[in-house]
Amino acid sequence: MKEYLIRFVQQHETFRRAEIEALAALFEAQIEILEYSDDTPFCLVRIQDDATARAIVGRSILTKAVYELWGRGLTYEELHEDVRRRTSEKWAQYRNCSFRFDVDAYQGKRNQKEQRKLIEGFSYLGFSGRIQMSKFEENWCIFEEWDNVFGIAVSSSPSLSPSVSTPSTPSGANTSSAAAAAASGGAVSNIKNKPRPEQPPTHPNRLFLGRLIGGSDREAIVRYDLKKRKYISTTSMDAELALVTANLALAAPGKLFFDPFVGTGSFSVACSHFGAHALGSDIDGRSIRGKGEGGIVSNFHQYGLVHRFCDSFVSDLTNTPLRPTQLLDGIICDPPYGVREGLKVLGSRDGKGKEVIYLADGTAAHLSSSYIPPKRPYSFERMQADILAFAATMLVTNGRLSMWMPTANEDFELGVPLHPCLELVSTCIQVFNKWSRRLLTYRRIPDSAVNPTALTNYQRDMSTLEAHASANDLNMFRRKYFEGFRPTTPSTGALTPASESDTTT
Amino acid sequence: MKVLTVNFLTCAVKTCKTSPEAFPLHFRDAELAQQDLEFNPEFIKNMLLRLDWNAFRVTTSELGFSTIPAEKPEGDALNDETLLRDLHKVLLETQVMEGKLVCGHCAHEYAIKEGIANFLLPNHLV
Repeated sequence: MKEYLIRFVQQHETFRRAEIEALAALFEAQIEILEYSDDTPFCLVRIQDDATARAIVGRSILTKAVYELWGRGLTYEELHEDVRRRTSEKWAQYRNCSFRFDVDAYQGKRNQKEQRKLIEGFSYLGFSGRIQMSKFEENWCIFEEWDNVFGIAVSSSPSLSPSVSTPSTPSGANTSSAAAAAASGGAVSNIKNKPRPEQPPTHPNRLFLGRLIGGSDREAIVRYDLKKRKYISTTSMDAELALVTANLALAAPGKLFFDPFVGTGSFSVACSHFGAHALGSDIDGRSIRGKGEGGIVSNFHQYGLVHRFCDSFVSDLTNTPLRPTQLLDGIICDPPYGVREGLKVLGSRDGKGKEVIYLADGTAAHLSSSYIPPKRPYSFERMQADILAFAATMLVTNGRLSMWMPTANEDFELGVPLHPCLELVSTCIQVFNKWSRRLLTYRRIPDSAVNPTALTNYQRDMSTLEAHASANDLNMFRRKYFEGFRPTTPSTGALTPASESDTTT
Repeated sequence: MKVLTVNFLTCAVKTCKTSPEAFPLHFRDAELAQQDLEFNPEFIKNMLLRLDWNAFRVTTSELGFSTIPAEKPEGDALNDETLLRDLHKVLLETQVMEGKLVCGHCAHEYAIKEGIANFLLPNHLV
């Protein structure tokens, strides 16, 4: 095991660690996360060797690159000392290779002159090869981590900091902009406790030196950009998060992936990019077909992935034609939240109409090509439970389900649905203004590991989950959405840090 | 609708799921199309494990393929590239563009249009 520095992008923070851990699982590699915080793009890990590190990061979307760690320190003196201690016996082997040296100052700025000075500080390494900006054999990078201009500290010992988010709480989630960061619980308390400095910080907090091992797959975001895609709709998942979702579900060559709410096929395309074959269904056949020359398959043609397009068919998850056995390596979906139209499944609202209807010419109405079957409202909780039950039946052992689910911020949070056959692997949160959505990833555990009592109890509980009447009754998220996510009466129980700061403002 | 997909499908009617007659669904008035697709032996091998071989033989004989081996290939046979390519051709390159899929138990017909099958059920079958 060797130490590496992973250079993350500073966005979708709560997805980053989950993605790297998923990719390690995909390559059946050990990864030990030594230091990680949502507040910084620098993460220290231990991985077996360069080839493994290159493979893991090479498929990731939320990293830029991975570096062999050459040294670290709080000051340049400490950094140089650490570099000497760790790497002096390696210097000779790089003496004559062509190379490039970079400075990556997170939240800081270094002009050309300063960069040059910092780089020259490493002249003791004795590299006498040619310096090349491109086609270099080796690439070193100095990493600086600065407090941002608002003086919000980047936690220096992330593994010990209590504000580090756990997978189940959104308090550590923030976006790259400082303004949005202030919305999250942890950052808010930082602003209050720490007076704003008179001047921007003059020294970086932490320093690292790394040798480039390999880049990431971030270019795929540009390739699959929705703006350049032939067939999309208003609810198509953006390329970056669709690719991350496919990574979390371990899409890979030779595997079969299914999306039961396939829509315009955003997830299917992302899975195929990573080599999986894609199968999809949707209750609305129009989205599969598209208009004119469109349709899901046209996207696969656009990206040259048509050989990995398996099929799309029209069906309803509650009446799926899929054979109930372990056929799928992965299921990924962004189910409808039911805000615009309310959730619908096959059936009639009052449970009537159970007899065949005949048209005037004596033929059965449902055999006509223009027949549209009736649909009834569907409960959001019931839908979640149905997706989990479907995944428990259809996934092969260790197969994964990655499912997007909405939740509101702060006072209102929908519970994470669970199933005795599925182990929750990760919870990632994307924060919007008034609400958030979560990406829940589950692993199908082997049958031998399923607790039989829990399974029996679960099935009994599910049979009591019954349908009610209106779309609002059935969908708490929808009701909250139209109420504008106003806080309800404050609870007197245990307060979360987020709601504490809320009541004082 | 590919031949592979048909092997993964049964009748959508709940009471048919447990009936052996509901699987495989039977093609009627099937119009076939052939499409050249990149060959991926790894995927074919993986799908072979999940394929119901008897149902596959029923489907292929209905569609007019006569050269399907009686037994599912296993062990060394999985390294026979000619065999895998033949299976690739039937499972992935052959598609039913128009026609019907019929349940052998309840006789319900599912229409296939432009290669897309419709499994939505009328109200009396939900």
